[in-house]
Amino acid sequence: MTTRYFGERIRRNEDPRLLTGAGTFVDDVAPPNLLHAALLRSPHAHARVRRVDTTQAKALAGVVAVYTYADLPPSLQEPLPRLIPHPALVHHKTQYALAYDKVRYVGEPVAFVVATSRYVAEDALDLIEVEYDPLPPVVTLEQAAQPEAPLLHEDAGTNVCAHYTQHMGNVDEAFARAAHVFTERFVIDRGTAAPMECRGVVAEWDPRLRQLMVWDSTQAPIPIRNGLARLLSLAQANVRVIAPDVGGGFGPKIMMFYPEEVLVPYAAMQLGRPVKWIEDRRENFAAMNHEREQIHDAAIAVDQDGHILGVKTVFLYDSGAYIPYGIIVPIVASTTLPGPYKIPNYRCEFRAVFTNKTIVSPYRGAGRPHGVFVMERLMDRVARELGIDRMEVRRRNFIQPHEFPYDVGLIYQDNAPLIYDSGNYPATLDAALQKIGYDGWAQERTRHRAAGRCVGLGVACYVEGSGIGPYEGCRVTVEPSGKVHAATSVGTQGQGHFTSFAQIIADALTVPVEDIVITTGDSGAFGWGTGTFASRAAVVAGNAVHLAAQAVREKALVVAGTKLEARVQDLMLEDGRVSVRGTPARSMTLAEIAVAANPLRGTIPEAWEQPGLEASRYFAPPRGTFPNGVHAAIIEVDIETGMLKVLKYVVVHDCGRIINPMILEGQIRGGVAQGLGGAFYEKLVYDESGQLLTQTFMDYLLPTAMEVPEVEVVHLETPSPLNPLGVKGAGEAGVIPVPALVAQALDDALLDFGIRITEMPLSPNRLLEIIRQAKANGPSPLPHPLPKGEGPPP
Amino acid sequence: MKPAPFQYVAPESVEETVALLRDHGADGKLLAGGQSLVPLLNMRLARPSVIIDLNRVRGLDYIRQENGEIAIGAMTRQRAAERSAVVARRLPLLADALPLVGHLQIRTRGTVGGSIAHADPSAELPAVLAALDGTVIVRGSGGTRRLGAREFFISYLTTALRPDELLVEVRFPAHEQHGTAFLEVARRHGDYALVGVGALVTLAGDICAQARLAFTGVGPVPVRIQDAEAVVTGKAVTDGTLAQLRKVVTHQIDPTGDIHASAEYRKEVAGVLAQRALRAATERAKMKQMGTR
Repeated sequence: MTTRYFGERIRRNEDPRLLTGAGTFVDDVAPPNLLHAALLRSPHAHARVRRVDTTQAKALAGVVAVYTYADLPPSLQEPLPRLIPHPALVHHKTQYALAYDKVRYVGEPVAFVVATSRYVAEDALDLIEVEYDPLPPVVTLEQAAQPEAPLLHEDAGTNVCAHYTQHMGNVDEAFARAAHVFTERFVIDRGTAAPMECRGVVAEWDPRLRQLMVWDSTQAPIPIRNGLARLLSLAQANVRVIAPDVGGGFGPKIMMFYPEEVLVPYAAMQLGRPVKWIEDRRENFAAMNHEREQIHDAAIAVDQDGHILGVKTVFLYDSGAYIPYGIIVPIVASTTLPGPYKIPNYRCEFRAVFTNKTIVSPYRGAGRPHGVFVMERLMDRVARELGIDRMEVRRRNFIQPHEFPYDVGLIYQDNAPLIYDSGNYPATLDAALQKIGYDGWAQERTRHRAAGRCVGLGVACYVEGSGIGPYEGCRVTVEPSGKVHAATSVGTQGQGHFTSFAQIIADALTVPVEDIVITTGDSGAFGWGTGTFASRAAVVAGNAVHLAAQAVREKALVVAGTKLEARVQDLMLEDGRVSVRGTPARSMTLAEIAVAANPLRGTIPEAWEQPGLEASRYFAPPRGTFPNGVHAAIIEVDIETGMLKVLKYVVVHDCGRIINPMILEGQIRGGVAQGLGGAFYEKLVYDESGQLLTQTFMDYLLPTAMEVPEVEVVHLETPSPLNPLGVKGAGEAGVIPVPALVAQALDDALLDFGIRITEMPLSPNRLLEIIRQAKANGPSPLPHPLPKGEGPPP
Repeated sequence: MKPAPFQYVAPESVEETVALLRDHGADGKLLAGGQSLVPLLNMRLARPSVIIDLNRVRGLDYIRQENGEIAIGAMTRQRAAERSAVVARRLPLLADALPLVGHLQIRTRGTVGGSIAHADPSAELPAVLAALDGTVIVRGSGGTRRLGAREFFISYLTTALRPDELLVEVRFPAHEQHGTAFLEVARRHGDYALVGVGALVTLAGDICAQARLAFTGVGPVPVRIQDAEAVVTGKAVTDGTLAQLRKVVTHQIDPTGDIHASAEYRKEVAGVLAQRALRAATERAKMKQMGTR
């Protein structure tokens, strides 16, 4: 083979198109005769809807239709579909496409207007009269869990929609015999993914083709197609859903259905004209799913040397007003918590509760940052209390390289046993410590302190569940021109699939990456699949691409064997040409083979199985793969203003075999930026009446290029044994350990004040409060850690 | 996020603008750089019936030196002022503040007069005007008025401009011999600061002959604290006087809290920034003394 693409820093095929503004996002789709939609949304967190009067709105010039709940067909008057049921989820409540009887969060859709322009549609919203009877709102998690709290869903009789416990070993016994037990409360507040492109849907009904075309900024075009067909009583063959270029997904766009995703197609069919709805930023803050809010009461039991005997956590999970996506996030939090450590006895118990706030579903990390925050904070606590180096305490508890596959003893989010496939945790930590300069840090910190600066070093470890099933598929076709087309249904939101998938095919077929055309996220091109989520596209779709390309390679040899009258084992494929070993003149290009494989007359030999140089394959992993990593950073605190500055940031990351290091580094750096957002900048604030106070980018603060530091990335490669490519997922690696890391670095920087960070996100204001409080309390009750410096033991 | 319907007019002269303001009164809204107004329109928080676009009005884009003052035309883009050699040399406090106004893209549209007339107490330019005791020139159907910063800024987003008046010019006293600093704490680069302070120091030998401090984000208008300025005036700027300054500022300032920072935070940080800014301004004043010797 002349060139190898897998593992190379290939520039992204899609970038020239995206960087020159030639991408196609939903808002770029503008069929003739297009109408525009806008939604009237609830201004109340909790209210009964007495009356909706649309008379004036309908009379406004340019308004084509106004829909309320009463105007919808029976199939759309049912609550929207429930995703991912679970036996513990006893009240699986989903919202209506348009509010029926009650509204349960600010931003819940009440009426849907279609007009000749978005301007007119918004003018019409002003003319809709709604009579609400406000009800007492349930805003905080702890309030919602109280038995006397007002109920969001009266028929449930409680706001607790799920109560689920997993355990292994004998936790109570372990805690009873432990030399030390440390207990702490950890709070993580709400955030939102804030993709650059908000949601959007364009739908058009073609009466001649009897086809409903839907362009949707979604991570799951195939499930959307399947669900729409059912809700609109169409054959799946008559619905085509395309997720075109999508400007960031990060999880919330895996939801189905958002009300707009059924209302826009319904209106397009009913009105016989294409309809567009583009979510604006203010809507996005209130109407796209949120995440992150959890309160953990956690405890760790250790022996006198810091070996973990047991861990337990009891936590509250805020589902928001409905729980369409089920209890994936708290299950992921529970099962990510053990991380790279051997925990013989573990119990995690959570209650998912309804609150009068925006719905929660997975957002990049999806519970993983919570689990890691709790576990890493507990490890830091053990180190501090026992006077053991914080990295040594981790080393003493690591799962060792020879212990894989390692059965953690829990059930993961895919309902499969949580079994780590491979990894080398000590090597990952060593690489990170070396890169950040952990040796001698204690002296360095003291030097900074003497110069009046508060500088801290933080290190956090994690294991990320990724690449879960059920399956993805791909069809690879060599066209008569020699160009290769691959179609897979996973949507792409910037992950570089047009390049990484092409690299996999290029190696199998020995063709240049530039000759490979990839179609993603179009149900008309490939109709089977589940979507892009849980860091799974490279693992599940990537291996399907690999299998399909390998099948095409084999087919090329078979067809060439017939044509060249040679045995397959005597043939070789090189530079896109099959030749007979030893007689290079007897050869055919892949293009020639593709033509030969699809004759106009004559016969198809039985060995060819089917015409054409084409194959479809599926990959269905038995369970997820488990990448791991360590982040390390040095952070300076201005203790007079509470401002932070990240001086150095290092990520050591092992996601198995790497398809394209450049794309991987982009994933990680973007994740770190979002992680820093969740640690110090981004926080959704609700007031006591359930109003969302942060509905603009002036109030919800995304870190910018000015705040995000350079991130050094070091790659380790421990292949996964669970798939032919040996790859693991990487989508969430950047974001997961950041809150834990920032907390540890701040504790370290502010050692003199004895502070202990147990909440995220922070802010300058909150940090000064914490410092002030620590000063008022006097010296920390915790022993000063590491009297003799913090270097790793000899 | 589309604005409610409005009528749009684009006058080409100040006189025409004044006539339009007289006709439309409080229903009319002037559009300068649009960096504050357009978001307010799109969120339907402002619903004027007429938008009077100043971008084609002639004769409002200039930077002139006049009798120890620098006169800046109201429609001068902030970016143009930032790049002006006159501003850099003769208005060092304004030069310090301009890079802190939003981001480059915002300053490229935003105007000096627009920021002053919008009178957001968190904005930098009103604080510069207040620190320098600058003035504004306004034109209305009753003629031209000259107003000092103190009389111009009345409350949050409220000025002494009458409904039929237009701000045409901002005048900053030149202060090239003085030491200046503009410091702020913003959650992110380019955000409205939680607290900001512009400082101006005049040295006579080692003694601070004059000190001025104007704060952003801690009151309904740019905040000057006479007692704080008095703490350092007539004294050598030492760690002791600066500590005293910090104490007075923290004690006297009376901010309100919001979701980004509590009142207590702003009080404390205003003191910290006052101390840091005055120290930095004093250092620069010393450098200038050395340069002129």
